[in-house]
Amino acid sequence: MAASAWYYLHRLLCGAVLLFLIAPILVVIPLSFNSVPFFTYPMAGLSLRWYEEFFLTVRWQGALQNSIFVAVAVTVLSTVLGTLAALGLSRPNFPWRTAVMSVLISPIIVPVVITAVGVYFFYADVGLLNTFAALILAHTTLATPFVIITVTATLAGFDHSLTRAAAGLGAPPVTAFFKVTLPLILPGMISGALFAFLTSFDEVVVALFVASPEQRTLPRVMFSGIREEISPTIIAAATVLILFSIAVLMTVELLRRRSERLRGIRDL
Amino acid sequence: MSTTAIQIGSTFEGIPLRLKLKRIERRQKMKALFLVLPLLLFILVAFVLPIGRMLFNAIHDDTLLTLAPRTMTALRGWDGKDLPGEAVYAALAGDLKESWTRKTAATIGKRINYELPGSLSEVISSARKVSLLPAGPYREALIKIGPLWGRHDVWSLLKRGTSAYTGYYLLRSVDFEYGPDSQIVASPPENRIFRDVFLRTLGISSGVTAITLLLGFPLAFLLATLPRKSSNLLMILVVLPFWTSVLIRTTAWVVLLQQHGIVNDALMALHVISQPAELIYNRIGTVVAMTHIQLPITLLPIYSVMRTISPSYVRAARSLGAGPFYAFWKVYFPLTLPGIAAGCLMTFILCLGYYITPALVGGPADQMVSSFVAHYTNEELNWGMASALGTILLTVTLLLYYSFSNLVGVDRVKMG
Repeated sequence: MAASAWYYLHRLLCGAVLLFLIAPILVVIPLSFNSVPFFTYPMAGLSLRWYEEFFLTVRWQGALQNSIFVAVAVTVLSTVLGTLAALGLSRPNFPWRTAVMSVLISPIIVPVVITAVGVYFFYADVGLLNTFAALILAHTTLATPFVIITVTATLAGFDHSLTRAAAGLGAPPVTAFFKVTLPLILPGMISGALFAFLTSFDEVVVALFVASPEQRTLPRVMFSGIREEISPTIIAAATVLILFSIAVLMTVELLRRRSERLRGIRDL
Repeated sequence: MSTTAIQIGSTFEGIPLRLKLKRIERRQKMKALFLVLPLLLFILVAFVLPIGRMLFNAIHDDTLLTLAPRTMTALRGWDGKDLPGEAVYAALAGDLKESWTRKTAATIGKRINYELPGSLSEVISSARKVSLLPAGPYREALIKIGPLWGRHDVWSLLKRGTSAYTGYYLLRSVDFEYGPDSQIVASPPENRIFRDVFLRTLGISSGVTAITLLLGFPLAFLLATLPRKSSNLLMILVVLPFWTSVLIRTTAWVVLLQQHGIVNDALMALHVISQPAELIYNRIGTVVAMTHIQLPITLLPIYSVMRTISPSYVRAARSLGAGPFYAFWKVYFPLTLPGIAAGCLMTFILCLGYYITPALVGGPADQMVSSFVAHYTNEELNWGMASALGTILLTVTLLLYYSFSNLVGVDRVKMG
């Protein structure tokens, strides 16, 4: 009797926790379709006016374009640098592996305000403050650890005898890389690239410090909007970003499964 | 076995095989290093160096040394007992005159003002008035212009400025400062704010960590014991918020917790409360939003550890006569401890650095260390204080992370 009471209590608690996790997002999204600028239910009527404002005004579109531009640049830079580093790190007997890995991963551990203040002083000194370059470089440091982690994970099950076989069959290292290694680590690379994109796309603190209104990104516009007065357009923007994140991370998940299949790791 | 192999091949092409192997190994090491080098250099230059410089800013301040060089040179011989002599005042007058023409008087004033609040305007007006003085003697004239210059504590401060290194910012960060004779004393009550800030940061972080554990552990247990299919389905509900950016989740809480927000509306409709409750811009809002954001980060490591625990352990305990609670507590729970440690430590580390969420859903009394770092950088332009607070925050974070990586391993940082 007591056991079944515990059983239902446990289930009830879990239900409440799951509700706590998901409800805020699900409850807020429909409000972006409200025809009046209030955040209450029942809604007065449905309308797409906030989406119109998001997609058709210069303030939001400029920010969206800046965000995409910065995120794409960050993705390219961090994927190339991160993949090369992961390839090096996963070679057997890499010297000082733990120390190097700790340094390379550190940007995701250091509190982001400290990174922001550090790069703010630094870019002020070298004259890069309030430029796209500063924003891209700072975001790249934050995004690369994700590329390293995903590519290293892909390489963990990598069979090095494959490249050796390619070399034995006469392939030069570059050919062996593009024909053998790359196709196998590609899922990890793409996952890392998508994580890198999202890291930059969602980042707000560094953007607040090193960018001027000229380089305002979407999260920055949202942040100042929430500080002043929260408008349904911010919720519309958030909804677009949520859908975008879901699409991206579904892709990551599918790629992870594919990669595990390719490497012969069975999903439990 | 291997030694014989080496001996057999040792004369191959005239080079001992062992050397040859070593050479190849070294070349491979170099190759691996070469691949990592671009990123390593990039991170060192664009990340480690800036942060290192910031740490340096916490103890390095040469404002007085560069802007009042004559006074600093003259002060080196001062014994620090009585007011300095005419020569030092003359040097100060010279420096103030120059600062007036170069418009750096405000910078000097600001630096002195940090330690002696209220002296900024007096320094600037002294600089203006001194520049009108034709000639010395300066000692009486300066004290007449600004009584500040007749105070012993100002001269102690200036004397400390003869070194480019100062402990002032770090001392202030832990609510100490220099007294009138350069001795270290507790800050006056109006300046004694930072110990509170650090305690508050630790308090909010441990509170949020504890709540995420209390809520996350039962859910992780359910997810780990359900059959794969249904647990994967429920997992989506955990991972979906995890995938959504912190800013967006905070935005959602702003909408929900507002005075006329959804939560208040619902509570009033259910007649739980008659007046809208204060749910936002205070500790409640901060803790609720932070718990929501951190819950998956505590839960996921616990879940992945629970998945690896074989159910036969508990079954064995039960068959040996343990009751369900005893078996759970003595057998199952200890096995989940690595996951609990990893999840809680990660959440705690991340909580320490929170900035966006307290800024948006917290009140003035809920701001954590990060907010003060940002405030001193952007608004007060007191970079020494920003760096000192940042240094302490960073040190604590890195120490905790060090214990985390010893516990879990750097390679196993989870991303969901």
